[in-house]
Amino acid sequence: MRHIYTWGGILVVVIFSVIGDILMARAMKQVGDVHEWFRRSGLWTVVGRILSNSNFFLAVCAMALAFFSLLFSLSWGDVSLVAPAAASLTFIGNACAAKIFLHEKVDRRRWIAAILVAGGVALLAG
Amino acid sequence: MTFRKYLVLAGVTVFAAAGDSMLSHGMKQTGSVSLHHLQSLLLAVTNPWVALGILLLFAFFASYMNALSWADLTYVLPATSLGYVLLALVAKFALHEQVSPLRWLGIALISGGVSFVAGGPALTSHHEESAKDILADSPKPDVPSANAVHAASIGVKR
Repeated sequence: MRHIYTWGGILVVVIFSVIGDILMARAMKQVGDVHEWFRRSGLWTVVGRILSNSNFFLAVCAMALAFFSLLFSLSWGDVSLVAPAAASLTFIGNACAAKIFLHEKVDRRRWIAAILVAGGVALLAG
Repeated sequence: MTFRKYLVLAGVTVFAAAGDSMLSHGMKQTGSVSLHHLQSLLLAVTNPWVALGILLLFAFFASYMNALSWADLTYVLPATSLGYVLLALVAKFALHEQVSPLRWLGIALISGGVSFVAGGPALTSHHEESAKDILADSPKPDVPSANAVHAASIGVKR
C-alpha cells in the first residue's frame, strides 16, 4: 500500500512540475525576449510585463504545488527513489508536453537528449 | 546564440548547483525542522548559508526565466541538469568525496544529452513569430532602420 502512495506521490510531483515548466515557458514566450525588452525599455518594463502575465502566476502556483507534493512523497518513500524518479520522469514529461502544448519541434536529437539526461539524473541521484 | 545567452545558460547551471549546496550546508548547521516547531524554519533563514542559498536560487530562477524567453523548454532543461554534473565534480575534486562508477556513468549520460541539444537551434516553436510581433509593437529607438538608410541612399543616387 505504501508503494502505491509513493508512486502516486511521484506521479503528482511530475504532473505539477511539468504544468509549472510548460506554463512558465509559455509565459516567457508571451513576454518576449527579455534582452531585447531590457535594451529598448529598461528593467521595469521587463518586470511589469512578467508580473502582468497570468500564466506566470499559474506557473508559480503549479511549481509550489510540485514542491509540497515532493515533501509529502518524501514522507512516504525513500529519497533515493522519489528524487531521481521524479526528476527523470519530469524530463520525459516535459519533452512530450513541450511538443503538444508549446509546439516545439522535438526532433530525434532532442528525444535522445531527454532520455540520456533522464537516465543520467536517475544514476546520479540514485 | 550570442555570448550573453551562453552566459545566461551558464547562470542557470551554476546558480542552481551553488544555491542547492549552500541551502544543504546551512540546513545541516541549523538542524532538523519539525512540523510542530515551524518557528525553527524562520530561524533557519537567518543562517547566512541558507540566506545566500535562497539568494542564489532567486538568481537561478531569473536566469531560467530569461533563457525561456528566447529558447525552447527542451533546449533549456538539459542545461539545468548540468548542475548535477557540477555538484558531482565539486564533491569529487573539492570535497574529496567518493564518486561511484554508476555516478560517473550518469555524468557521461547528462553531458552527452546536453551536447546533443546544444548542437541544434535554441528556438523552434511557433511562438518565435509572436514574440517578434510583440517586439515590433514596442517603441522603436531613434535609429533609422537598415531599409530606411538603403531607401535614402537610393534616393540620393537618383
